[in-house]
Order: sequence, then C-alpha cells, then structure tokens
Amino acid sequence: MRVTAKVAGYEIRDVLRSRWLIGYTLFFLLVTDALFRFGGGGEKALLSLVNLVLFVIPLVAIVFSTVYLYHAREFIELLLTQPIKRRQVFLGLYMGLTLPLCLSFVAAVIIPFVMHRGMGNTQPGTFVALLLAGVALTMVFTALALLIVARTEDRMKGLGIAVALWLFLAVLYDGLVLLLVSILADYPIEKPVLALMLANPMDLARVALLLQFDVAALLGYTGAVLQKFFGRSIGVTVTSLALAFWVFGPLLAGMRAFQKKDF
Amino acid sequence: MIEARNVNKSFGRLRVLDDLSLTIRSKRITGLIGPNAAGKTTLAKIILGLTKADSGTISIDGVRIGADDAYRARIGYMPQTARYPENLSARELFDMLIDLRRSAGPTDTELIGTFDFGGALDKPLRTLSGGTRQKVNAVIAFLFTPDLLILDEPTAGLDPLASGILKAKVLADKAAGKTFLMTSHIMSELDELADDIAFINEGRVAFSGAVTELKRVTRQSSIERAIAEMMKQGVAA
Repeated sequence: MRVTAKVAGYEIRDVLRSRWLIGYTLFFLLVTDALFRFGGGGEKALLSLVNLVLFVIPLVAIVFSTVYLYHAREFIELLLTQPIKRRQVFLGLYMGLTLPLCLSFVAAVIIPFVMHRGMGNTQPGTFVALLLAGVALTMVFTALALLIVARTEDRMKGLGIAVALWLFLAVLYDGLVLLLVSILADYPIEKPVLALMLANPMDLARVALLLQFDVAALLGYTGAVLQKFFGRSIGVTVTSLALAFWVFGPLLAGMRAFQKKDF
Repeated sequence: MIEARNVNKSFGRLRVLDDLSLTIRSKRITGLIGPNAAGKTTLAKIILGLTKADSGTISIDGVRIGADDAYRARIGYMPQTARYPENLSARELFDMLIDLRRSAGPTDTELIGTFDFGGALDKPLRTLSGGTRQKVNAVIAFLFTPDLLILDEPTAGLDPLASGILKAKVLADKAAGKTFLMTSHIMSELDELADDIAFINEGRVAFSGAVTELKRVTRQSSIERAIAEMMKQGVAA
C-alpha cells in the first residue's frame, strides 16, 4: 500500500504538469462557467453539462490514459526493475491517472458553480450526482485504458481500440439497442433491455443522472425502461453498483494481464 | 553467480531464446555479445523479471528467481533507451527511487559528481539530450550499490569523456567485488573491460568463457577479430 501510494504520488506530480490535463481543466472550467452564465436557469445549465460529461469525460479519460501509459512505458520498466511488486506498480499507475483526472473535473465544475450560486434554482443533490457520475466515468474509463494498454503491445493499435471502444459505447450502442427494440417490438423485452443497459457504463451514468432530473424525454429508451422498472432510489442503487462493477472488472482483468506481461 | 538453465522464450512465432544455458561468474565483467536480435536484451530482461521465460530457470547465487521481487534490490540496471516521466527532473527521479525503496543501505551518488551535469539535473527530463539521459540512467544503475549490474549498451550515446568516466567506474566497482553483465556492439570497449565473453547467436550460446580462452581458440588478438573468425567458421562451443 505504501509503495502503491508513492508510485501514484510521483505519477500525479508528472500528470499534473501535463499541458493536456491543464487544457482539460480549462475546458470544463470555461464551459461550465459559460453554461451557468448564459444557459438560463441552473437546471438547464446542468442538463447541458450532463450531456457534455457523458461524452467528453469518457473520451478524455480513455485517450489521455492510453497515450500517457504508452508514453510512460520505459518509466514503468524502470519501476519494475526495482524490488517492488507488479501489483503495486499497476495500482499506483491507476490511481496516479484517475485521481488527477477526477480532481481536475471536480475543481473545474465546482468553481463556476460556487461563483454563480446566487442564480438558478439548482438542487444541490442533482449537482452532487453530476460530480459523482463524472468521477465514476473517469474511474471506469481509466481502468479500461489500463486494460487495453496491458493487453496491446502496439501503441497505435491500442489507441485505436480505445477510440473505437468509446465510439461504440457513446454512439453505436444506443443505436443498436433501439434497432433491437424496433425489431422485437412485439415481445416483452423490458428486462433484456435493462440488462443491455447495465452492460454500458455510459448508459448507466446517463440514467443515474437523468433519474435525478425527471426529464423523461431525455432518458432514451433504456432510461425510460429503467425509470418505469425501478423507482428513483432503487434505480440509483442499481446503477451505482453496476458502475462499481465496471471499475473493478476492467481493473482486475488489467492487473492480471499486467502481471503476465513481457516488458 | 548467475545460472541460466534451459531458458526458452518466444514472442509469437519468433523464437528468441532457444534452450539457452549460461553461467555468469561473480566478480567479473561478462560481455554479452551477438548479432542484432540474438536475444541479448531478452536474456537481460528475463534476469530482471521484466520478461517471463516460457520455460527454464534462472538462479542468482543458487536462489531461483521468480517468486519474490526482493532479489531485484541487488541488481542495478541500465537500459538501452530511456524516456522517463517527461515532466519530472532527474533529481526528482533519483529522490523518487530512493524514496520508493526506502533503502536502508548507502546510496552511491559518485557518478552525479563525476559526470558533468551542469544545471541539467533540475530541468524536466524531456528537455535533456539523449546522452544526458543516458548519464541519468547510469547514475540510477549504480545508485543503490547493487552487487550485480546489468548494463545494456551503456556507452551508446555518451560522449568520450562521459564514456571514459563510466568505464572507470565499472572497473573500480569490479575491483570492489561487483559482478557485471554488459551488452555492447563496441568490441574495443569489451577488450578494455570484459573478463568473460558470452556470445549468443540465434538464441543459443555459441561461446562462453574467458576472453583469453576466446582469443586462444580463435588465435586472434582482439575480441572483434575472434568473434568474426568464429562466425566465419560457424564454430559452436
């Protein structure tokens, strides 16, 4: 644990100095500020932010982490030549990536929110849910990046897989679900659709968030089913648990691959 | 003493080490040579545990490696290439490693003094030249007073002055009882440094023994000529 924290600590120092991370923070800071400033009521601003969070965070988390890890390959080798365990290096790498990414997102959203507190009728609970969803998505997609890098030697291929995975989960997946629904419209398919939704972390985060807003129009098919199926509180519990699984599943698979990997 | 027994390693269909057995004697400098892609770096990495052999065993002083990571505390490694976290400085990197290992033993920072780093130690590593990074690598290899040092093309990219300093350090540490395993493409350098030669070709040991023995067998006066002679005759030891 001590070694893991130290590896993470040094990586955080490196990551925090990266221009990409600074750009990412500034991006969220400016967008959030603009949304609160010009976006009308606080609720509307938050809704716009939700859409941004759902698309941008997974993309940045998976691409930034993948690029960083391929770039850090020799550094990882250096760490592995020291008398420390691979598991410690792996977990240190994960925390060293996901913590700064979470931190910069949270800071970049909280600062404008506090600044514009006077206006709007935003519920604090909704805002906290947004922060949590952003953090959860960051953790999921950083873990996926580690899994990809641990299993893929070629960095262009790895980056391609990362982008393709994002594209699939962000865009194609819902389209496929809709297609399936329209084909099987005559059958009772609520439960299978629900299962499909649990299989996509971005859908999960979207539903967990939109359950907070009561905007059925924005829920999409999977979300509407979920809301019908569960009440708000059970829905949040189920989606949170599924998201936690989405963090630990890829992380454990990545760790196993990392422990066997040839450097 | 490092003892490799029947080590096999393939990357996909490519067989890199083919039932390789080799003994590296203690308190001597062993030059590991062979054509490109002969398996030198792979062997070094297997000893370090960076790469896992498909089969076979490696033992250091009779203790088989694999289960425990602690044995690496005894090994200093200087890799061929080095791009470290770009935004950290060399000094931060040294401090990090010292901090990570929390080594009870002494640290050897002699090379930090003898290499002329100028102000480079406090600049981000990404701004350093290849040669300067190689010096940083050399410092790291010696930092924890290991008794086994694995140097992969140590002088590649170093200027003559730095290369001389490094060679002097290697000889001084050998005299102090350390074991070296170094790969090099510069045969004259091995003429200066090496006591033993392990010549690897296509994943197998083609010759392993003292430099004097190599020269005697091939009736040549330098390692370069001896190896050339050996490759010409296709002699296997």
